[in-house]
Amino acid sequence: MSTETGVRFHRMKDLPSTHLLGTGTPMCAGCGGLEALHEIYDILGEKTVFVNAAGCMTMLSVYPFTPFRGSWLYAAMASAPAGAQGVRDALDILLQKQRMTAEEDLQVAVLTGDGAAYGMGLSATSGAMERDLDFIYICYDNEGYGNTGQQFSAATPHAARTATSKGTRGYPGYKKDLFSIWAAHKPAYVATVIGAEPLDLARKIEKAQGMKGSRMIIALAPCPTGWDYDPKLSVDIGRLAVKTGMWPLKEYIDGKVVHTRVQHERIPVEEYLKLQGRFRHLFEPARDEPMLAEIQARVDSYWAAVGA
Amino acid sequence: MTRVLITGNGAAAWGARLAGVDYVPAFPITPQTEIIETLAAWIDHGELDGRMVTLESEHSMVTAAGAAAATGVRVFTATSSQGLLYAMEMLYTVAGWRAPFVMVNVSRGLSAPITLEPDHNDILAARDSGFLQIHCATCQEVLDSMLIAYRLAEHERVRLPVIVNLDGFYLSFTREPVEIPDAETVAGFVGAFDAENTRFRASAPASQAVAVLGGSPYSYFRYEMHMAAQNALAVYDEVAGQFAETFGRRHDALDAYRCDDAEYLFVMMGSFATKARAAVDRLREAGWRIGLLRPRLLRPLPVAQLRQTLGGRRAVAVIDQNLATGLGGVLYSEVAGALYGHSGPLPVLASFVGGLSGRDIAAEEFYEMARVIRDAAKAGEAPPPRLLYTRDELREMHKLQAVARVEREELESKP
Repeated sequence: MSTETGVRFHRMKDLPSTHLLGTGTPMCAGCGGLEALHEIYDILGEKTVFVNAAGCMTMLSVYPFTPFRGSWLYAAMASAPAGAQGVRDALDILLQKQRMTAEEDLQVAVLTGDGAAYGMGLSATSGAMERDLDFIYICYDNEGYGNTGQQFSAATPHAARTATSKGTRGYPGYKKDLFSIWAAHKPAYVATVIGAEPLDLARKIEKAQGMKGSRMIIALAPCPTGWDYDPKLSVDIGRLAVKTGMWPLKEYIDGKVVHTRVQHERIPVEEYLKLQGRFRHLFEPARDEPMLAEIQARVDSYWAAVGA
Repeated sequence: MTRVLITGNGAAAWGARLAGVDYVPAFPITPQTEIIETLAAWIDHGELDGRMVTLESEHSMVTAAGAAAATGVRVFTATSSQGLLYAMEMLYTVAGWRAPFVMVNVSRGLSAPITLEPDHNDILAARDSGFLQIHCATCQEVLDSMLIAYRLAEHERVRLPVIVNLDGFYLSFTREPVEIPDAETVAGFVGAFDAENTRFRASAPASQAVAVLGGSPYSYFRYEMHMAAQNALAVYDEVAGQFAETFGRRHDALDAYRCDDAEYLFVMMGSFATKARAAVDRLREAGWRIGLLRPRLLRPLPVAQLRQTLGGRRAVAVIDQNLATGLGGVLYSEVAGALYGHSGPLPVLASFVGGLSGRDIAAEEFYEMARVIRDAAKAGEAPPPRLLYTRDELREMHKLQAVARVEREELESKP
């Protein structure tokens, strides 16, 4: 049940110049998740209630402060989508029974990290999509349980060193394809975004906002603390994630997946990897050529499969 | 007012219907399912102007219930046993939101071993969650307690969710005559839902359930919950009084049966207390001065009323339909805690555990318990706690074990 609206954002200067999210939050310097949230909130607007799952961003609203001009409900790690269900249903009931005017209505958004989205919260997310819950779901994906010190999660990429994969080969598993898992539910909209590509992000959030039903967003969130790099590199690393093809920017609408950024010439993945301490063992004390080749081959085969 | 023959589950559904619930997040579990099936049918046929949503788990169900109540609608939900425990994180959470709504728990023993019939380990696991608890012994009480529960939950001095508990099978599937009050009278009694300041509106942004840093603000908010729960004692009496005036049925926080001149008392919760009640009648006929005290309100615990009722008796048998492994009966500890430090003569307090997963407590067992506490009163010393189990039961159990052994041997002897 998707309907596209006219595109408001053509170039960078079309992006909102006033920012809604307050400053002085306890997020780390250079937080890629907060960068994405800033950009998303500017477009969603203050008539939004965020239902939050346990993660770094739970610390945004600590009594008696909040950076949000709109509303907030902290639920629990596993069940933020169910919280969104309760809020959305209650608002609909109040509207239907005329106990609240339409001006009082709110956009319901879930805000969750990858730890909840890829794992514990997946059942509740699946349930929300299957009920076609009218909400926006935002996962800031920093590829590990960041708030507890970056242990690996189901979102951690192959070979990354985390607090629970410190061996020479790093994390033995592979990043779960949450985009495809979500898309298999056939919700109204699924998209990947990254704060370092604000125009692409803005267009997608605007598109999502113009639709009804479950609109699912994964924002890759470069994480200086968890990925071990200088906070000033967050934007560069974010751009490299896209330019190397490691983080494909894409969307799912009406049964089709469209890539919104296709690189004619992809930069080698090691340009992205070598900036991050979590991959340093692939370069020092000696280059791990087989592992670097494996990671490159996986990226290449992804793009070959999508015909780019 | 009509009198009909309905199950405890049916009575719970009628309670929700008459209270005019807006929203019913649901998830099926035996022996509760009939409640949500009944409500679903009424909603489908336009007899109840509510919305039901089936969530994918009880954890999500209680999250949605709390979130909807925190947004400003009247909510009902129901679960049982494993479902209640699956939702346990959210019980503590939504009570902390101060989201007022009513949940029915249909008691059922907990796994392992997995079982279907009732005891109170499920509901007692939620004892300290912040939900208030009302325990029912009859189908009529289920319906009536639901109406009282909404008043209690939504009261400005309380604002906490309430669980109404009924026993699986013995109440959930047992038909009893129940008076269904007319909708208008109930609407007058329960009133319209007032969200107060617990709501989400575009014109009034609010942050609910935010984090705190450190023990001091945390303690403040938890102490507030505790004091709200304590307020619920007086509010309960007030609401139950109004209920009695309106509907002609009294539901005191402690239901005292033939207690006035009693030297000996049974203390018991839930539908099995009706067995104790019958035993009291038989024992009275045999010349005993004995009664039954049945706590309906477990949270908040009416400590002063317990002291008042139990103080000065010769002996009291607390019969727990639950087992706190490694300790004994939960209710026994609660009663002992209420009595200790009380000036004046204390009864000898004896602990019995029985009725786990619906195991019957026969009349003879009540007579035996009465004899045990009478002897204890004479000796002036509490007897050791007893786990009720008969010789016949043990023999049946040994038969099952013998069958298991034969099956095992046969399996192992195969090449």
